[in-house]
Amino acid sequence: MGKITFIEHDQTEHVAEFKAGSSVMQIAVDNLIPGIDGDCGGECACGTCHVIVSDDWFRKTGTPGGEEEQMLSMTPERASTSRLGCQVVITDEMDGMTVHLPEFQM
Amino acid sequence: MPTLSKTFDDIQSRVINATSRVVPMHRQIQGLKLLMGAKKKAFGPRRPVPEFVESAIPDVNTLALEDIDVSNPFLYRQDQWRAYFKRLRDEAPVHYQKNSPFGPFWSVTRFEDIMFVDKSHDLFSAEPQIILGDPPEGLSVEMFIAMDPPKHDVQRSSVQGVVAPKNLKEMEELIRSRTGDVLDSLPLGQPFNWVPTVSKELTGRMLATLLDFPYEERHKLVEWSDRMAGAASATGGEFADEEIMFDDAADMAWSFSKLWRDKEARRAAGEEPGFDLISLLQSNDDTKDLINRPMEFIGNLTLLIVGGNDTTRNSMSGGLVAMNEFPKELEKLKAKPELIPNMVSEIIRWQTPLAYMRRVAKQDVELGGQTIKKGDRVVMWYASGNRDERKFEDPDHFIIDRKDARNHMSFGYGVHRCMGNRLAELQLRILWEEILKRFDKIEVVGEPERVQSNFVRGYSELMVQLTPKS
Repeated sequence: MGKITFIEHDQTEHVAEFKAGSSVMQIAVDNLIPGIDGDCGGECACGTCHVIVSDDWFRKTGTPGGEEEQMLSMTPERASTSRLGCQVVITDEMDGMTVHLPEFQM
Repeated sequence: MPTLSKTFDDIQSRVINATSRVVPMHRQIQGLKLLMGAKKKAFGPRRPVPEFVESAIPDVNTLALEDIDVSNPFLYRQDQWRAYFKRLRDEAPVHYQKNSPFGPFWSVTRFEDIMFVDKSHDLFSAEPQIILGDPPEGLSVEMFIAMDPPKHDVQRSSVQGVVAPKNLKEMEELIRSRTGDVLDSLPLGQPFNWVPTVSKELTGRMLATLLDFPYEERHKLVEWSDRMAGAASATGGEFADEEIMFDDAADMAWSFSKLWRDKEARRAAGEEPGFDLISLLQSNDDTKDLINRPMEFIGNLTLLIVGGNDTTRNSMSGGLVAMNEFPKELEKLKAKPELIPNMVSEIIRWQTPLAYMRRVAKQDVELGGQTIKKGDRVVMWYASGNRDERKFEDPDHFIIDRKDARNHMSFGYGVHRCMGNRLAELQLRILWEEILKRFDKIEVVGEPERVQSNFVRGYSELMVQLTPKS
C-alpha cells in the first residue's frame, strides 16, 4: 500500500491509496478523481489519462514508450514529464508520488 | 488495375500542385472533370459506378456465412444491422466477403479486435481512403484521417487547435445562445421534422463558426458534406452523379480559396488572426502554403466539414430516438440532470453515427484465426463493437447511467481518434441542458426515416412533437 496525490489544474488535491501493480489511470478512475477519463480502458489508445509527473518522480516512472509518445504528441498540453496514466504501473517505490493533471483531457 | 490508377492519381496530384500557382483551384477541378470525362470515353470507366436499388434484405439466419454482405447500404435503414452483426460477432468475427459491390473486404466486428486493428497503424494503413469504396475517379483528395504517421501527425497537429478544449471554452456561451434560439423557435404541440430544424441547423451554424465561413451561406457546407459522404461509389449513398461532385469540389475550392486570400490580405494589413481553422492553418509553418497543394487543401477542409456535420447532427437526432425507445431513461434524466455528460457518451455509443473506418493491411496479419493478406481491405465496424455483448452489458439497451459508456468506439482509437470529440460532446451536452429547461415531453411521432449508406448512420426525417414545461 502507498499513497499518490493528484493535483487538478485548479490546484485541488486528491490523495488516493494504491496497491503496487495497478496503473495511475486505474487508481484515478477507481477513486473517482476528476480530470482523468481513461476512455479506452488502459489500451494506450485514447490519450485521456494524461498526467504530468513531478520532476523528482519522473525518474521513477521512466519515460514514455513509442506508442505512448505518439498519443502524447497529439495533446497541446504536452510537458517534458508527461505520461499516460495507464502506462505507469505503480511500484512501492512510488509511495508519496505527486502528479499534476492537465486542464483538459483530449 | 489499382497500381496504374494509383500512379495516375499521383501524377494528377503533382500536376495540380505544380500548376496551382498560376491556375485558380476551381478551374483546375473543372479541368479535371473534363479530363476524367474524356478518359472515360476513351478507355471506359476504371470501374462501373454502382447503383443501389432498395429491396427487402433477407433474414441473416437464412444465409450462408460467406454470403453475408454488411456493405449493403440498406442494412441500417431496414433495421437489420443488429442481427447481421450479431451473427458475424458470434460465428465469424473476422469475416471475408469476396463479392461486394465495393470489391472484396474483411469485416472486424468484435470490440477487442477492432481496438487491435485501430491501434496497429504499423500493420494497417489508413491510406488512401477510410471509406469502404472509392471516391469518384479523379477526386482522390488527400486528408489526414487517411494518412499514416508521420505525415498524418504533422497535418493533424496543425489544425487540431481549432477544436481543442481551450478554444471550446470560448465557444460555450455562443453554442448555448444559438441552441436556445433554435429551441425557442420550435413549434409546440404540433409535429415537425427535427432533422433540418434542429440537428442540421445547429451543426451548420457550428461549422460556419469553426471555418469563419460566410454565415448566410452556411447551408453550402452542409450540402457539400452530404453529397461527399453520400457518394454511391464510396458508401452506397444516394448520390450517384459524379459530375455533380466535381462541381461541388470546384465550388468548394473557389469559396475556400477566396476565404483564404481574404484572410491573408487582412492579416497582411495588420489584423489579428482569429481562432478559426483557416487562420490556424495560415499560422503554422507546415500548412501556411497549403493552398498551393489543392488536393490536400480540399481534402482537409472536406474532412473537417464531414467530420463535424453528419456525426453531431445524427447524434442530436439519435438521442431523441433513443429516449423514445427507452422512455424510462427520460424520467431518470429529469430526476438526475447531472447524468447528462454520461448520457451524451451513451447517445454516441448507441447511435454510432459513423459505422466504420477502413484500413488496408500492410503485411499478412493473423487475426481471429484468419489470415488477412497484405493489400486486403479491412473494415472496423465500430457500430458492431459498440454493441458487442463481450464488452457491454445489454448492449442494445440505451442506459443513460451506463458505467462504461465512455469506453464506446464511436470516436475510434489510436492516432486517428476523433479530433472533435470534445466539441461534439459539448454541443450535445448543451442541447440536452437547454431541452430540459424548456420541454416536458419530446415525443417522436411516426417511424424515423433513415439514410441510405453503409457509413453514415443517420436520419433524414424525425417527426417530433414537443410539450412545454408547465
